[in-house]
Amino acid sequence: MLSEQEIHEIDKEIGIMPVRKSACIEALKIVQKYRGWVSDECLNEVAAYMQMSAEELDSVATFYNLIFRKPVGRNIILLCDSISCYVMEYQLIYKSLQDRLNIKFGETSSDGRFTLLPNACLGCCDHAPAMMINKDLHTDLKIDQLEEILNKYE
Amino acid sequence: METPLTQHINMSRQSFGLKDYERVGGYQAVRKAVTTMSPAEVAKTVQESDLKGRGGAGFNTGMKWSFVPMEGVSGPKYLIANADEMEPGTFKDRYLLEGNPHQLIEGMIVSAYAIQANVSFIFLRWAYKKAATLLLQAIEEAYAAGYLGKNILGTGYNLEMHLHTGVGRYICGEETALLNALEGKRATPRAKPPFPQVSGLFGKPTIVNNVETLCNIPHIVNNGADWFKSLSKSEDSGTKLYGISGRVNKPGLWELPMGTTVRELLEEHAGGMKNGYKFRGALPGGASTDFLVEEHLDVKMDFKSVAAAGSRLGTGTMIILDDHTCPVGFVHNLEHFFAQESCGWCTPCREGLPWTEKLLLALENGEGQHLHLELLEMHTRNLGPGSTYCALAPGAMEPLQSGLKYFREDFERHITEKRCPWR
Repeated sequence: MLSEQEIHEIDKEIGIMPVRKSACIEALKIVQKYRGWVSDECLNEVAAYMQMSAEELDSVATFYNLIFRKPVGRNIILLCDSISCYVMEYQLIYKSLQDRLNIKFGETSSDGRFTLLPNACLGCCDHAPAMMINKDLHTDLKIDQLEEILNKYE
Repeated sequence: METPLTQHINMSRQSFGLKDYERVGGYQAVRKAVTTMSPAEVAKTVQESDLKGRGGAGFNTGMKWSFVPMEGVSGPKYLIANADEMEPGTFKDRYLLEGNPHQLIEGMIVSAYAIQANVSFIFLRWAYKKAATLLLQAIEEAYAAGYLGKNILGTGYNLEMHLHTGVGRYICGEETALLNALEGKRATPRAKPPFPQVSGLFGKPTIVNNVETLCNIPHIVNNGADWFKSLSKSEDSGTKLYGISGRVNKPGLWELPMGTTVRELLEEHAGGMKNGYKFRGALPGGASTDFLVEEHLDVKMDFKSVAAAGSRLGTGTMIILDDHTCPVGFVHNLEHFFAQESCGWCTPCREGLPWTEKLLLALENGEGQHLHLELLEMHTRNLGPGSTYCALAPGAMEPLQSGLKYFREDFERHITEKRCPWR
């Protein structure tokens, strides 16, 4: 069931748009904000609320990189793998994260603490290599800082 | 030297609010435009300034506006700020958004007035969390001060503004794909014509402009077209935000006269290459531009000069290829990005880009054959302009075709030595 708070926020987004279902991406974002990901059950409920088919909504949900249709960990690490970070050897950061967390891109650590994902350019190329953990940007990454950064996230 | 876009930006400051912005002359352009100028006069001034779109395409902004019908339109018209900065190697709009959000809002109000739009959106990249917070605050302040909402400054002109944050796809930066994303659909580009100026968001006349483009508008309205032209060192008007990333001493971003040379950017502003690293080439304006190499160091970074050197100014943010980085690996990284970010709508892009990625990976792994170079060259033709639905695949082919041209020996060494010489 969508919560009252979720419905309240979705209604606000619907109010901005002249066409009801054009707020569907916002609705998915709202649900994901509270639940971490979008389950089939949630997808069906959002689709019904937006007056569109579940298939249509899923075609939208699966198009975008940051709508999660599978469960994720409590913290999401998005490591930039684009060109400036490549030149500045993000690969070494990736290797170190793999070793520390025992996961590869697309996987969640066994304790459910971290999901590690590759990410396209984060727009801070003058401070490469870079990654985001949840809402926080970490730049000019060095391997010996990773432990301290990861420790901030429960 | 004047730096209108960045003169009030100081990133160590927590925020730059409405009062701070007004104290340095902020919102004077809104006042001037809506109380003393007709929409046509604003548009004419912008067209005469020869401001060209700073998102990469370089089209005259006033000219773009001129296609918006000014009479006989039923329902709203829209103005959209394209703040979906995601071209790899590009970090200029982030600086403007975080450093002075009111400058963008002012530019949007003046631009919306010029085309008589009553609804505006900022389409912001999801990753720009700080910008999102600052923009929401700034929009609220602008409403409270009467610069947004009903009856702006008592003139009867109305404008709504909304912030929309995306959920991550490079293609959302393509203006017609952006419109589909904003309508809650998959972000596949639309066929043109009809152009968005006539039939855009929800089928209504719509202008989509880049953040840096819009931030120039208040200064042009305040100071005039001739002043804007005088800022430049070349035929293209104004200043430009230039950036450099890679193995240089001081990677960064600078507002400089349009037409500053590659050499000046690299040597004076970025402090030259890091000790032990040599310059081999640069993508002048993001991932989808052709390589420039040493012979191009004195090329002026403006639309016409970079085009004459066989590349594009693009976003004006350069990525440097150094001698410790394998050119094949560098291009493979780019093609991996483009293959992943293809929206999948048209066949050449959806099938061709993963193929180029695989061929480049084979070369990197020492499994390359001479035939593979021919296949890569075939792709640069078959995915070029005119063969695909939008500009993504042709853009993806630019670093590949110029990489094959300038770093041919390095590609061939991967085949003859059966390994990547950099590994």
